[in-house]
Amino acid sequence: MQYLPNVVFLVILITGIGYFARNVKKLVRNIKLGRGEMPSDNKSRRFKNMARIALGQTKMVVRPIAGFLHVIVYLGFIIINIEVLEIIIDGIFGTHRVFAPLGKIYNILIASFEVLALLVILAVVIFWLRRNIIRIKRFIKPEMKGWPKKDADLILYIELVLMVLFLTMNAADYQLQLLDTPHYTKAGLFPVSQFITSVFEGMSVNGIILVERIAWWMHIVGILAFLNYLYYSKHLHILLAFPNTYYGKLNKPGQFTNLEAVTREVKLMMDPNADPFAAPAEDAPPPDKFGSSDVMDLSKVQLLNAYTCTECGRCTSECPANLTGKKLSPRKIMMDTRDRLEEVGNNLNANKGEFIDDGRQLLGDFISPEELWACTSCNACVEACPVSIDPLSIIINMRQYLVMEQSAAPSELNVMMGNIENNGAPWPFNQMDRLNWADES
Amino acid sequence: MSEELKVPTMAELFAAGKEPEVLFWVGCSGSFDDRAKKITKAFVKILHKANVSFAVLGTEESCSGDPAKRAGNEFLFQMQAVTNIEVMNAYGIKSVVTACPHCFNTIKNEYPELGGNYQVMHHTQFMNKLLEEGRITLEGGNFKGKRITFHDPCYLGRANNVYEAPRNLIKKLDAQLVEMKNCRKKGLCCGAGGAQMFKEPEKGDKDVNIERTEQALQTQPDIIAAACPFCNTMMTDGVKNKEKEDSLKVMDIAELIANAGDL
Repeated sequence: MQYLPNVVFLVILITGIGYFARNVKKLVRNIKLGRGEMPSDNKSRRFKNMARIALGQTKMVVRPIAGFLHVIVYLGFIIINIEVLEIIIDGIFGTHRVFAPLGKIYNILIASFEVLALLVILAVVIFWLRRNIIRIKRFIKPEMKGWPKKDADLILYIELVLMVLFLTMNAADYQLQLLDTPHYTKAGLFPVSQFITSVFEGMSVNGIILVERIAWWMHIVGILAFLNYLYYSKHLHILLAFPNTYYGKLNKPGQFTNLEAVTREVKLMMDPNADPFAAPAEDAPPPDKFGSSDVMDLSKVQLLNAYTCTECGRCTSECPANLTGKKLSPRKIMMDTRDRLEEVGNNLNANKGEFIDDGRQLLGDFISPEELWACTSCNACVEACPVSIDPLSIIINMRQYLVMEQSAAPSELNVMMGNIENNGAPWPFNQMDRLNWADES
Repeated sequence: MSEELKVPTMAELFAAGKEPEVLFWVGCSGSFDDRAKKITKAFVKILHKANVSFAVLGTEESCSGDPAKRAGNEFLFQMQAVTNIEVMNAYGIKSVVTACPHCFNTIKNEYPELGGNYQVMHHTQFMNKLLEEGRITLEGGNFKGKRITFHDPCYLGRANNVYEAPRNLIKKLDAQLVEMKNCRKKGLCCGAGGAQMFKEPEKGDKDVNIERTEQALQTQPDIIAAACPFCNTMMTDGVKNKEKEDSLKVMDIAELIANAGDL
């Protein structure tokens, strides 16, 4: 019976990690529904981008207040996780504060965890105020109604609870150390939790042990639960920001991809030796669809983008169309892409890995042409994203589908394109008049 | 401003067995839009003043394909690109300068994959180069002390990271460069990009160019400097909408330089 806690701990740990691994597998499968391959070029440049943007948080601090608070939570998350390692070892082997022999280093570690935990609590409270009391504009846009709002608040509550549990655990531990309780090794410095030990005054040793154990167990179970919550929330960015910045666009932001499928057609048209009456070979694959109407027509990187988006809304708050009251919101483009991808993923789950047509698609059922046509392609959203997401490329791919597959451009654009085709300019001027300006005074 | 400008074409030079230093890609606005034609002429005057041997394609030039590509018509874009590249490669063109950031971006970034490799410069970069090489000199007389605010064209700034070339020229005019709330990387679009120039905007509270003009007016400028014919149109419309056309002007950087030098 004495090994019961260790066994229970192992079961919880394996279940938590196992379930998370299952979700990661689903995530990878869904991303692989996209077209093409992940880029494998320029590895060193990509690593540098990842180090600078994700690890170094350089684009977060463009907005100093949110950036600073985020850096605190980010550091807290990474550094306090060293403590989780100790908790896991303690849990499996029934030890207590197994790293205590590190002595001075251990004291410094525990002390910095405590200070960070307090700072994280402060940051989380300010984040909550910004969303719920100050109501910063980008957090209350239409696409944030309902689940996205709840999701954001829930994440803050979970982080708050985890930090409070961590400090409670330490406080109880410290009190037990002071009382020379056996098993409670004297180790660690408690610059924050020492101030809450007074709540244990008058409590029996067993009572304090109970508090310490409850906090310890809830803390680790909470962390495992949070890990599994990631997949169902916008919070995946804590993991995906790294691959996403690695695979982010390296070309100049103004350079849009030239569609290969179109290049093939154009080359064929320009080839004087091509046989205009040639029928395609019998076994020729059907030609690629031009542009994108659903998530399967987007690239793998674009789908990774969608899962990485944490709905901060910096893109939308910089978008000229959104700023002037148009329907377009680059954040919504990413959220819609993710939601549709999840829908497709669930369809696969329900049908043994085979996609059964559900009569729905990204274009129309999620993103309307009105949103797509409001974009000025100014790249403000791309520049604003702290984790290298490119909403503009999705907008352009969907415009390509509308124009080349459906001929559904706004009529003025059809006129413009007709002019380019006929006279080489977007306006109805004769190409032979192109140099007239030189003779006009 | 009445004397005729000598504008050699590639065809003429080719026939005479000559090769110009640079091709001036005029672009559709620069060729056909009445306001933009003035920018074209101002830049040609600067080229003459600096003794740059240049040529234009004239009637052999065609739309770069930018508005078609941003509108989603990749097919039309590539047809335009491939045709233009054939013409330019036939003349053995190595370097290109243009006053339009959209042509600049497209030819510089999107043509290489389709077989068009040129050294492409925006006219603000080119004018800076002329200044550095001492081929033109600037005395800011006409604009000394004037408040000038610069509107970053998206396809020059964010798209290609060119922020300093135009600002450097404004500073050389002894003018006072005043920055808008949103500038450089955070510059706000004029509302014309992505083929919006050619259509009515979607339903909203306000037009983008009005928003941007308001930002410009907050700096109380004497001149709004632009470096893109589309931005010029949008900002000029915005200024008219605010009934400020009597007290301030929207001018291209090339016009500022040409006027400063009394060309």
